Amino acid sequence: MSKRRTERLLSIVVLLLSSRRYLTAEEIRAAVSGYPDEHEAFKRMFERDKEELRELGIPLETGVNNALDEEPGYRIKKQDYELPEIRLEADEAAVLGIASRVWQSASLAGAAAGALLKLKAAAPPGALDADGDDDKQSRGIEPRLSTQEPAFGPLWEAVRDHRPVTFDHIAGGRSTATRRQLEPWGLVNSKGRWYVAGYDRARNAPRVFRLSRITGPVKMAGPAGSVTVPPDADVRELVTSWDVSPVRDHVAVLKVRTDAGVGLRRWASEVTPDETQGWDRVTVSFADVPWYADHLASFGPDVMVLEPPDLREAVIRRLKGVLA
Amino acid sequence: MSTNQPRMVTSAERLRRLLALVPYVVSRKVVSLSDAAAAFGMSERELIDDLNLAWCVELKAPEPYCPIDLSYEGGEIMVSQAESIARPLRLAADEASALLVALRMLAEVPADGSAVGRLIAKIEGAAGASAAASSQVMIEVDSQNVRGLAAKVSTALGAGKRLHLRHYAHGRDEVTERDVDPMRLLVVEGRTYLEGWCRRAEGVRLFRLDRVLDLEVLDVPAEVPAEAEQRDVDAGLFRASESDVRVELELAADARWVTEYWPCESVTEAGEGRLRAVLRTPDTNWVRRLALRLGEDARVLAPAALAEEVRAAAADALALYT
Repeated sequence: MSKRRTERLLSIVVLLLSSRRYLTAEEIRAAVSGYPDEHEAFKRMFERDKEELRELGIPLETGVNNALDEEPGYRIKKQDYELPEIRLEADEAAVLGIASRVWQSASLAGAAAGALLKLKAAAPPGALDADGDDDKQSRGIEPRLSTQEPAFGPLWEAVRDHRPVTFDHIAGGRSTATRRQLEPWGLVNSKGRWYVAGYDRARNAPRVFRLSRITGPVKMAGPAGSVTVPPDADVRELVTSWDVSPVRDHVAVLKVRTDAGVGLRRWASEVTPDETQGWDRVTVSFADVPWYADHLASFGPDVMVLEPPDLREAVIRRLKGVLA
Repeated sequence: MSTNQPRMVTSAERLRRLLALVPYVVSRKVVSLSDAAAAFGMSERELIDDLNLAWCVELKAPEPYCPIDLSYEGGEIMVSQAESIARPLRLAADEASALLVALRMLAEVPADGSAVGRLIAKIEGAAGASAAASSQVMIEVDSQNVRGLAAKVSTALGAGKRLHLRHYAHGRDEVTERDVDPMRLLVVEGRTYLEGWCRRAEGVRLFRLDRVLDLEVLDVPAEVPAEAEQRDVDAGLFRASESDVRVELELAADARWVTEYWPCESVTEAGEGRLRAVLRTPDTNWVRRLALRLGEDARVLAPAALAEEVRAAAADALALYT
């Protein structure tokens, strides 16, 4: 991209960091190369530059040097700009290397790499230098998080900046989407899936949405800072209680081939040989008839339901469905 | 980070890099071009362009001067004057959060927990207000039970010991016992895996810890052969191979969830909420079981032999009830 633009932005940073007082736009223009002479064009360019600097996290302050100044100026306070002293032990540096590789998606992977560069830059020689990509092989542990869902990026920005959002969402078992208005409180990854929890404006209640069921774009629906997360909101609890395994409070009696149904036997309270050669009689607990019927159907001719009748009927229906 | 690949860099990204590059050299007094290029994941050519750019910065007023002075003669970079940018810029909210969320996830995985805790505290301290948003992103890693197993694997890894495990293969519905020389613990998509040299299969295998029924650290040194190759986790845990079977499924609205659970090569809408999904797998056992469980909500369109296998299994199962 534009080399001159980078040069100009770097000049502004150096200029404002070195100045104790606020510098006006005109003073900045006088010191920095590359601005046009024409006033309106300069103003537009300067606005874009300021925005870009702030997006990079540069604490660009606006203010006046004394009450008589009419035009506000700009400065960057050194103590707000500089990364504080941070010293890492060798084992901490190793963990930092692992953490910086966790994210696989573009936005946060880039942010993690950027953070690592800053920490490397602040560290004394040697401390973090060895922790490049080359020693991937030597670690005992490698965690990865991916955020393939396109909704992750905008939802993270909304959560970070406390902005409400709207999006279309297909609820489980449905095929058409409904529009949702959410004040997002947080993002949770549970069992490898991403969820957003927050306050649903239409339902007037906290709600949880799985990101993979959001279709189309996530749009910002209000300015930064317009969402307040209630102090007692427990986002993790909202998601885990939404995605909980039901209680196994039903009992079934099954015929299972002796060499099969290993996954079923994990939940068995009793296994006895059946009168038919080659079969066991297995007593198991389960939570829900439709779900368990699907599960039992998956074992095909290795499993047969004896009790209860509604489970037996549901399995037969599933199997007939295969042949339909 | 891939190195030495020419790519488009925006002026903002380039500025971010420069504001780290200058302090990086300053804190080291002198750095070779090759080391700095490697550390920043760029080519030496790109690095020299960046150094020239910094060196060219000139402030014209009140008096003209060049705030940054540096040289890279003989391949050694030295910054003799860096003015106000000798220290790196503080962490931005995205940067602090990317690290902190990852670290808090690591803290839940049994490994060297004390280093993780100390590092979290240091980064929170350095990031200040930028760390706030990170507490709004949370990662749940497996269950308590799996964490117990992971702790044992971690012990075996640390001590270089062999593991004996009983493992449930879901697709085949069978339990196997095997000795495994552990190589790594992987935590991918919220699930913990043991990667190791399986002495039964004589190859590198992945075991999902929530499918490990029992695990024992043996008092035998692990011997991972030199040819054992670790998986490139960034390329995805399960890669399709040429020999995989191509399976085509049609899914009714109630079975759309299938495409969220298994990586599909392609998913297309087939009208009335139905989906057509294509996936590749080395083992069709689990697809047969999936098709049986889905009943009328799914059809195996290809391969024909698998579709027939599914129908035969359903017919055999129904015969039990007559």
